[in-house]
Amino acid sequence: MEILMTIVAGTLFTSGVYLILSKTLLRIIMGLSLFTHGVHIMLMSINGLKRGAAPLLEEQAASYTDPVPQALILTSIVISFSLTAFSLVLAYRTYKEHGTDDVERLRGQDHE
Amino acid sequence: MNNIVVLPLFIPLILGVSLFFIRNHIRLQQWIAALAALATLAASLMLMGQISSEGIQVLHMGGWEAPYGIPLVADMLAAILVAVASIVTFACLLFAFHFIGEERKNYYVYPLMLILLCGVNGSFLTGDIFNLFVFFEVMLLSSYVLLSLGGGRVQLRETVKYIVINIVASSLFVIAIAYLYSITGTLNLAHIAERVAENGQNGLTTTVSLLLLTVFGLKAGLFLFFWLPGSYSAPSAPIAALFAALLTKVGVYVIIRMFTLIFNHQPQITHTIILWLAALTMILGAIGAIAYWRIKQILAYNVVVSVGFILFGVGVATDASLAGSVFYLVHDMIAKALIFILGGAVVFVAGTDRLREISGLIRYRPILGWLFFLSALALAGVPPLSGFIGKFLILQGGVQAEHYIMAAISLLTSLMVLYSVIKIFINSFWGESLLSEGEQKSSARGTLLPGFLLAALVVGLGLGADIFMPYVDQAVEPLVNPRIYIDAVLS
Repeated sequence: MEILMTIVAGTLFTSGVYLILSKTLLRIIMGLSLFTHGVHIMLMSINGLKRGAAPLLEEQAASYTDPVPQALILTSIVISFSLTAFSLVLAYRTYKEHGTDDVERLRGQDHE
Repeated sequence: MNNIVVLPLFIPLILGVSLFFIRNHIRLQQWIAALAALATLAASLMLMGQISSEGIQVLHMGGWEAPYGIPLVADMLAAILVAVASIVTFACLLFAFHFIGEERKNYYVYPLMLILLCGVNGSFLTGDIFNLFVFFEVMLLSSYVLLSLGGGRVQLRETVKYIVINIVASSLFVIAIAYLYSITGTLNLAHIAERVAENGQNGLTTTVSLLLLTVFGLKAGLFLFFWLPGSYSAPSAPIAALFAALLTKVGVYVIIRMFTLIFNHQPQITHTIILWLAALTMILGAIGAIAYWRIKQILAYNVVVSVGFILFGVGVATDASLAGSVFYLVHDMIAKALIFILGGAVVFVAGTDRLREISGLIRYRPILGWLFFLSALALAGVPPLSGFIGKFLILQGGVQAEHYIMAAISLLTSLMVLYSVIKIFINSFWGESLLSEGEQKSSARGTLLPGFLLAALVVGLGLGADIFMPYVDQAVEPLVNPRIYIDAVLS
């Protein structure tokens, strides 16, 4: 199961990187989104997926799932959600101001 | 347990959030924001006093003991940096009161500056690596908004680049945390350090440490600084001063913390890499600072050079060089804020940042000119000012550890830094005056108060180094001997 999830994470990473390297702003944001999803899936599978019990600790529990990675993923998902929302607004505003969403035309450090 | 540790986070966060509700009362917002920065400063000074008498202060949040809960750990290094961050934010706020236009004042610039301060202080104080990530995101999110605030074409363009780079870096940070958690089974910095020390720093751990170095290299501008000059020259001057003083320094602080506390067992690999990256950063940054003829670009490249210089001391990792790094870090936060404020004022008065189009400002703005000259000397590390002591200690440590080439590179780049800032001074203040008094776009009076405040600190830190040094020495103790930090958190 972990191997399968690792492959899924790897696929998400590669497609994310591919999209980040493309020229359209919207595709780049999609790429970032896929990239962070890959991170989350990796974070989830890194400590083992099927442990045979819920992440609840009892006294002398024979088996339990480690709850910490899940707590981390929740936090990380919330952060990446807000970042995606902000970057979508930013991309829209940039498109309105510059009249283009092609990053090739947003190059350089010349001001004005 | 000590509740004062949480105040440097709590005050700017609560007051910053409350400012969102009084959007239309700009004057009231200004008063509250200045008060919040001062209150944070007072809290951090109290914290420094307690640490100097009682040692490292730890607050276990919610009463959960160390390896299980999230602690806030205030050692002397963190407390000093929190105090300096509050001073710098206060100065930038004062500058912003006079400088920032209506279009930004009405759109939450003050609350965002306070929340940025909260994120910065949190990154300094936290004792948990995932909590560090969260505070980094608090800081970065407010910096995204501050960078794009006002919505100029250049600002939007640079924010897009800045945000993409930082999201990728943050994702790598989470990956590194995941690896570290699967290796050590804990997120508490002190606990990680203990486990790494017990099990030995094997190849896998060292690889993770290099991944972390990449992440913080991106955030601090250590070698991977290609994004920095663009995004630091885009926002309006008070925001740029705040960024230059605080953002990269948080990355530097985390590199110091990680590689003295946790990954200090394989210095022949990690610290050698840090040294070479620092050397390359200094050389490339200095070349950039010399090459450009625009004030904002030159100053932005100066930020890069100083990051390289501080991490040179970290790579050497002796008592003297670490003390030098801490001292220089404090100096650099103040001096960078000062020179960005003054540089912003020059650009504002002249109406352009192209050096070839500015001339003879000293006739109309003598005080601004001499303050600029003073801060230029401080940046280069001329003796009575604060830059000198840090540079001296770092070089002393470097020479003692026989890193002669690095020492030579850092001396040479110091000269190049001096040249680049004096170039701004000579070109913009000397020569024929191109503007008549009537043509001046504005008075630079608003810059003088924060300028004097920071300049007094630069001079004071240099002359009063004897008084300040015991604090620096206490800050270096847990860096040289991580056992002190670990025992303080876990006992």
